[in-house]
Amino acid sequence: MSLLSAAGLGGVPQAVADDWWTRIFNFADYGELLGLVQHSLVAGAVLGLVGGLVGVFVMQRDLAFAVHGISELSFAGAAAALLLSIDVMLGAVLGSVVAAVVIGLLGTRARDRNSIIGVLMPFGLGLGVLFLALYPGRAANKFGLLTGQIVAVDSTRLSLFLVIAAVVVAGLLVMWRPLTFASVDPDVAAARGVPTRALGIGFMLLLGLAVALAVQVVGALLVLSLLITPAAAATRVSASPVVVPLLSVGFAVTSAVGGILLALGGSVPISPYVTTISFVIYAVCRVLGDARTRRGWARRAAAGEHEGTIAP
Amino acid sequence: MSEGGAPLQLEDACLAYGPRTVWSGLDLTLEPGEFLTVLGPNGSGKTSLLRAVLGLTPLSGGRLTILGEPARRGSRSVGYIPQQRLVDPSTPVRSRDLVRLGLDGDRWGVGGRSPRDRVDGLLAAVGASAYADVPLGMLSGGEQQRVRIAQALGTEPALLLCDEPLLSLDLRHQHEVTALIDALRRERGTAVMFVTHEINPVLPYTDRVLYLAPAGHAIGTPDDVLTSERLTALYGTPIDVLRSRGRVVIVGGDDDHAHHLEEVDE
Repeated sequence: MSLLSAAGLGGVPQAVADDWWTRIFNFADYGELLGLVQHSLVAGAVLGLVGGLVGVFVMQRDLAFAVHGISELSFAGAAAALLLSIDVMLGAVLGSVVAAVVIGLLGTRARDRNSIIGVLMPFGLGLGVLFLALYPGRAANKFGLLTGQIVAVDSTRLSLFLVIAAVVVAGLLVMWRPLTFASVDPDVAAARGVPTRALGIGFMLLLGLAVALAVQVVGALLVLSLLITPAAAATRVSASPVVVPLLSVGFAVTSAVGGILLALGGSVPISPYVTTISFVIYAVCRVLGDARTRRGWARRAAAGEHEGTIAP
Repeated sequence: MSEGGAPLQLEDACLAYGPRTVWSGLDLTLEPGEFLTVLGPNGSGKTSLLRAVLGLTPLSGGRLTILGEPARRGSRSVGYIPQQRLVDPSTPVRSRDLVRLGLDGDRWGVGGRSPRDRVDGLLAAVGASAYADVPLGMLSGGEQQRVRIAQALGTEPALLLCDEPLLSLDLRHQHEVTALIDALRRERGTAVMFVTHEINPVLPYTDRVLYLAPAGHAIGTPDDVLTSERLTALYGTPIDVLRSRGRVVIVGGDDDHAHHLEEVDE
């Protein structure tokens, strides 16, 4: 109430509101700034590709919580690397791969998996907080690991970033069909001779690598915005095995690159832009999907579509 | 299809986990197109038998061959319809995708051009063409089972394994699914091994029954096996088999509950 009336009376001083606005959106000197973040833009686009593809399987295998758990351990690894003055990306990769493999080996059933993640996640976050507290350097570096930073990826790290991304994408393409089979239809896949368990562990490894990449750009707390939200949005509007991955990648690239472009002028971290774009995409897809379901996607869509082309 | 062997042959087959023997001395030869119903209480080794035929569990003794060759994981001669499992409505897999995975889901890579004609043909054979493009999770239980049958037929198997495919289906859908499996096995000569705890929906189609029980097993026509004497001997406790209007009701000894052999057993 008090807030409303204060706002009605112009209670938030105009100067403060302007200040907020320019901190969030400021496109002065945009061209110059753009040159400085070329590497980040490339990293963002590649991360969109990786996140969009990985997300499809994260959805199919119901691993959203695992992604969050892995990202906290990735954060711990990166914080440890910062403290020990070794490459932060290396630390992030190490932390998330260890977490991913532990979750993959111990948590074959969903209930086991969730409790293991619930145990690992606070431990990882606690370790990370400890390492950061011990780290004597600039606070901005510390905060960046959790919420992302726009110049996270410089030229020396970009090549490592691209190599890891290439490994993830290549690995996914090789496993695509059997991994899909094992994810959506595990019993029959096992009966048809698909190595479901090995594929599960293999996917966790790739997922760990993808999370480590995402931590570099959007920070540990907001990895889900690129590894889940785009795929979740895509599955709202399509069930086609070709359309869903394409849409998911498109949404993730839009969120990552769009987020970086918007964040460029402002002085707040990159992640709110990325998460907001990806959330808006999801909300729109959800509305479209619900409308489609109401119009009868569920019932005999094929017949409906054919009629649709004939009828006005 | 390779020659020189029955769709399924068991010779003195035995399965034991450590000191516990699940079943032993199992001799059985299935003819092409034969409908075998596997009955028995929980823990009598029905699932173990399926796993052995699928090549997922090795026998402890004896021989198990499919078309004359030892059972092997991923054999294209065996089609498998698993227990009804709820599919989340948001899982991005349509009927045609599930059928296609049955055709080439075991191969590496992303897959080239979709064998669309084959998938359409399989869906048509089970009467599922109308919902080929509908996400699996949005189908009814009976419709999902039709799609699963189409998937299992994809590799033109000599043997179709059905693991409690009627679970959680209502009576009308139970009847539809069993009638469909029956029609397909007659048309294609596919032998059927149908595991169930509920005999009545499959009784009209059953050629032979394999009854697995704690004290042994019995193989024969339903009239031979489903008698009070045979089952009493198999269970080692008094069992009554009642017949009423073509239906069989199995009542365990002092317990009056029909159909609940599991409870009687425990």
